[in-house]
Amino acid sequence: MIELDGVTHRYGDRTVLRDVTLTLTERRVAVVGANGSGKSTLARTLNGLVVPSEGRVRVNGHDTRTHGAAVRRDVGFVFTDPDAQIVMPTVGEDVAFSLRRSGISRQDRDARVADVLTRFGLEAHADHPAHLLSGGQKQLLALASVLVTEPQVLVCDEPTTLLDLRNSRRVAQLLAELPQQVVLVTHHLDLVADYERVLVVDEGAVVHDGPAATAVPAYLRLMQT
Amino acid sequence: MIGLYRPGSTLLHRAGAGIKLLTLLVGTTALVLVRSPPAVAVGAVAVTLAGAVGALPPAVIWQQMRPLRWFVAALVPLQLWAGGWRAVVVSVGTLLVMVSAAAVVTLTTRVTAILDVIERLAAPLRRLGVDPERIALVLALTIRAVPVLASTLDEVRDARRARGLERSPRALLVPLVVRTLRHADRLGEALAARGVDD
Repeated sequence: MIELDGVTHRYGDRTVLRDVTLTLTERRVAVVGANGSGKSTLARTLNGLVVPSEGRVRVNGHDTRTHGAAVRRDVGFVFTDPDAQIVMPTVGEDVAFSLRRSGISRQDRDARVADVLTRFGLEAHADHPAHLLSGGQKQLLALASVLVTEPQVLVCDEPTTLLDLRNSRRVAQLLAELPQQVVLVTHHLDLVADYERVLVVDEGAVVHDGPAATAVPAYLRLMQT
Repeated sequence: MIGLYRPGSTLLHRAGAGIKLLTLLVGTTALVLVRSPPAVAVGAVAVTLAGAVGALPPAVIWQQMRPLRWFVAALVPLQLWAGGWRAVVVSVGTLLVMVSAAAVVTLTTRVTAILDVIERLAAPLRRLGVDPERIALVLALTIRAVPVLASTLDEVRDARRARGLERSPRALLVPLVVRTLRHADRLGEALAARGVDD
């Protein structure tokens, strides 16, 4: 369970989140909003990448301000640009990198890496240079590298923005099949159609909170004003 | 090392990264210390044998040597003038044997295995407050940065050309530096998200 209590965040004089209070228990939560609305900052507070200027965020009871490491073990984060997320030279090594500090044996590590690469259709690329993958494959690798640690929550910040329609749908389908709680920040409204809860963010505040059926029209109206 | 590894199950692939790196270190040091044509010949035979054991096609090793061709072309007349053919064989031969030996090691060893060795070697530095994992991570990021920077440079060059500013160094350097710094920022955030600092 993710709880935000009176979360306000400022970058210098600019307030990007204003007094956000939420409890997220649903398996599928989407966040939509215009560029600069504060939705990415909101996502970043969920695994402690951003510690709010005021208020607090708790994940499964752990406060991101005081228990950042524990929160990051529970909450995986996928960014828009997979190139900035891939650390190691080859596909298999990048997935294995996530498990370097997990304390599991090399044999178990290799087995988990092989398993996740198969799930994401990357097994044939295990020893290939990561930088030679296509954009879609890179985003799948970024997802695989996060999910190999088996987090309880996955936060994705616009993971399909740089992808073509086919890869975008592939990523959306993979997200839909995950057993984890997923918080998806996106501009692609078709991806959130099945989401149980959609938050519409505008000027740092949640201006609509409800199922996709009501939130998407509310967001479209907001964009017309 | 930038994704050079060629998967395989040969004896050389299965050998420990530590053994291979130690052999490379001892062999190349001996070559530099002895500095004689027979030593270069022995080194060349050893690298050729190692390449054969690792089932590495000569073209793949040549690919790693290719960037040296202009340097070698400049070195040969210089060495010929300074010390004659013996100097050419010793200096150019030593260089080529060393680079090809390093290529054989990197072509048959995963980067993570090399980083594990570096991490183990740096372990005593922990007493001095140095984090060995951090050293290995910095090396991994350095290796990873090469293709990222090359791709950024290509994109910035294209953008410069599209704006008709082919000759402007400012139109190349400013966006290159800005985008590189932005990439570093994002990478730092991604590492933090993956718990590297925890």
